[in-house]
Amino acid sequence: MKKWCVVLFVIVFIWPLLAFSSDNPVTGGTLIWGRGGDSVNLDLAQATDGESIKAGIQVLENLVIFGKDSMDVEPQLAESWTVSDDGMTWTFKLRKGVRFHDGTPFNAKAVYDSFARIIDKSHPFHGYGKWVYLSLSLGQVSEIKVIDDYTIALLTQKPYAPLLNNLALWLCPILSPKAMAEHKDQIGLHPVGTGPFKFVKWVKDDQIILERNADYWGEKAKVDKIILKSIPEPSARLMALQSGTVDIADDLDPDSITLVKKDAKLAVIDRPSVNVGYLALNTEKPVLKDVRVRRAISHAIDKETIIKTIFQGLAIAAKNPFAPSIWGYNDAIEPYEFNPEKAKELLKAAGFDQNEELELWAMPVSRAYMPEPVKTAELIQAYLASVGIKAKIVRLDWGTYLKKTANGEHDMCMLGWLGGNADPDNFLYGLLSADTAKTPGAANVALWKSAEFTELCLKAQRTFDKDERIKYYLKAQEIFHDEAPWVPIAHSTIVRCYNKRLHDVPLRPNGLNSFQMVWKEQ
Amino acid sequence: MPLGYISRRLFHLVLILFGVSILVFLMLRMIPGDPAQLLLGEYANPEELARLRTQLGLDKSYLTQYWIYLKNTLQGDFGNSVRTGAPVVDEIGVRLVATIELSMAAMLIATLFGIAAGVVSAVKQYSILDYASMFLALVGVSMPIFWLGLMLIYLLAVKFPILPMMGRLSMGLETTPLTGLVMIDSLIAGQFGAFWDGLRHLLLPAFTLATIPMAIVARITRSSMLEVLNRDYVRTARAKGLGEAVVILRHALRNAFLPVVTVLGLNLGLLLGGAVLTETIFSWPGLGRYVVDSLMGRDYAAVQGCILIFAVLMVLINLAVDMIYVLLDPRIRVQE
Repeated sequence: MKKWCVVLFVIVFIWPLLAFSSDNPVTGGTLIWGRGGDSVNLDLAQATDGESIKAGIQVLENLVIFGKDSMDVEPQLAESWTVSDDGMTWTFKLRKGVRFHDGTPFNAKAVYDSFARIIDKSHPFHGYGKWVYLSLSLGQVSEIKVIDDYTIALLTQKPYAPLLNNLALWLCPILSPKAMAEHKDQIGLHPVGTGPFKFVKWVKDDQIILERNADYWGEKAKVDKIILKSIPEPSARLMALQSGTVDIADDLDPDSITLVKKDAKLAVIDRPSVNVGYLALNTEKPVLKDVRVRRAISHAIDKETIIKTIFQGLAIAAKNPFAPSIWGYNDAIEPYEFNPEKAKELLKAAGFDQNEELELWAMPVSRAYMPEPVKTAELIQAYLASVGIKAKIVRLDWGTYLKKTANGEHDMCMLGWLGGNADPDNFLYGLLSADTAKTPGAANVALWKSAEFTELCLKAQRTFDKDERIKYYLKAQEIFHDEAPWVPIAHSTIVRCYNKRLHDVPLRPNGLNSFQMVWKEQ
Repeated sequence: MPLGYISRRLFHLVLILFGVSILVFLMLRMIPGDPAQLLLGEYANPEELARLRTQLGLDKSYLTQYWIYLKNTLQGDFGNSVRTGAPVVDEIGVRLVATIELSMAAMLIATLFGIAAGVVSAVKQYSILDYASMFLALVGVSMPIFWLGLMLIYLLAVKFPILPMMGRLSMGLETTPLTGLVMIDSLIAGQFGAFWDGLRHLLLPAFTLATIPMAIVARITRSSMLEVLNRDYVRTARAKGLGEAVVILRHALRNAFLPVVTVLGLNLGLLLGGAVLTETIFSWPGLGRYVVDSLMGRDYAAVQGCILIFAVLMVLINLAVDMIYVLLDPRIRVQE
């Protein structure tokens, strides 16, 4: 009788606890992912929008990839790699026994076709796509050599250390050569990769369905299916999360996030992003040429208030051009404190003419790094007025805005950057070097040309020793701080809201994760 | 119905489409914003921009661009979308049927309830019913669609989860695509579960979209009925002892119908092109949202394709309305 009691006890009380314990991953179920818009192109070498990347990285894989929660580069389809002594040949050993979703084998030929189509005009697949952001992907690669079935070499014309981080970006995916040949310029509608999920179906503007790749080379995905559902209206997205219709809701506004935090069924995780929102000061304009005026502007703006009111606390104040989650961040730098009196003194010393009116260009679109650009511009305008600088807010449509700022037509303009490859080079050389300050088409919209700063960036590009690169970047950030070509404003916080029945939900600082390990309580 | 008349109208359609194509082509290029720049965003560099512009044919003169566009369109090729690279015809097709399904359902609701409310109000003029339905009509016309949609979702899908809140079908469910219309495909395939599911999904968005036309139809029907009810032939009908229902439905309503048909036709055109808000709130994958997204991205080929389709639909609806006039009112004759 006693024995029976124990057995009964175990069955009634202990077993359900074990079976439903939230620490034990279970496989199966469908993850429904609500997001603001549809994907555009799932061939990620052609993707320019976040919604395509979110879906595409579940299906496609790269040679190397960022860590699950960090921006450090780890092996994916390449098992290991070496760089030649002259720094111009990268050799990758590829993983064996991997198959694409269409059953064809993954090998050096597949890597060759996936990369050569982007950079080699004579490659048969070259005409099938618009290969965007070449400078962020394979722009520096001059030749691709197949050494044997599982070894491939990438040759560059000069030593270029950031290449490894570029290869981890969504822009360098490996696709099945058979599928690329078959689908031609429509490969973006039928992506075939090696990832933990297979592409099944796409109903435009409605949903994308992915299912578990049962033959995946690594640890197999936990959920059976992912449905990425477009729910364009943010309030509807919030209600879909609250009612349990979706498991994850992306891009909720700060008020909604507060509601999610209060809901016992829902969870929120956040992490500082790798982006930066900034106010660039055009150093070619006579008034802003004077570094004292630029420093005065830096002292005049209260970033904390901007973060509290505009970002509703979901950001950290910026003092450097890139975020602290990226290596090489110079934390020793003392930011310009908010001090209107000091700003006034600096302006006086510079002989600033109070009748001068400066143009303050406000972005017409909202971005994570600048959620409400016009309100932010109005705040900055008020701060500047309080120290005696008259600013006029200029508003243009986005296309024109980008074109004219790249032409240097503004006095001050708001912009930002999401450094996808998490290499300081992306921010420092890309946005602030003398090489990128050439109009038209300047990425360095402050048109700031510091020979010393640029030289440090170039040296860091040619060095493969990370410590040495860090040394150069720390110094470069000091020069940037001293010269104040930008007022760096904020690095926004990236947030993921989901239902607590999901577990092991990852969040990288760039917000792009594979959902391979996510599991759902049944 | 004279065939000559119809073919003449269809010939006009060709002229209209030609005019529309030129207008849209020019207007799109006159609004500021470069598709290549918008596609690459803040991460564009000059060489890539130039390359993309060449690839998209944007570096050619307007005349050449229009000529290429016209030539391709005449061969049934609307070009490829700048954003997705997919043929615009394919992109429009699936969304157009989704929009047609939604607008038709909305029209059905608007017509049935609008006419019923209008007739009742007219027959029972100055009664409580009249006041109540005209008050509701006023509310219907002035209520923001956006607010109404969100409230309906909150009440009927979240607070009291009776109806689904978004999409055309429950996730995971699908019908064999034949016409693309869920209601019809599911019936043809005998998938009654899917039919019921699709109907439930259609209810909230269709009702939301129907509120404004429903209110307009109710008001027009009422005033038109009031006018007709005082006519001699209605009195005659009553005098010869016909039942009230027959008098109202056959003698009065049929004559009161002309202005109602006009309004219905106009509204159908508006619904097909302008269901953007409803489609956004209910995550309905229709053409309205597509046009707006395409316009924002200056996706020339996509916008041009959509506007041509809208123009064809508008002309066809107008033609249908005119033909219905002739059927309804024997006094109207087509001038040969």
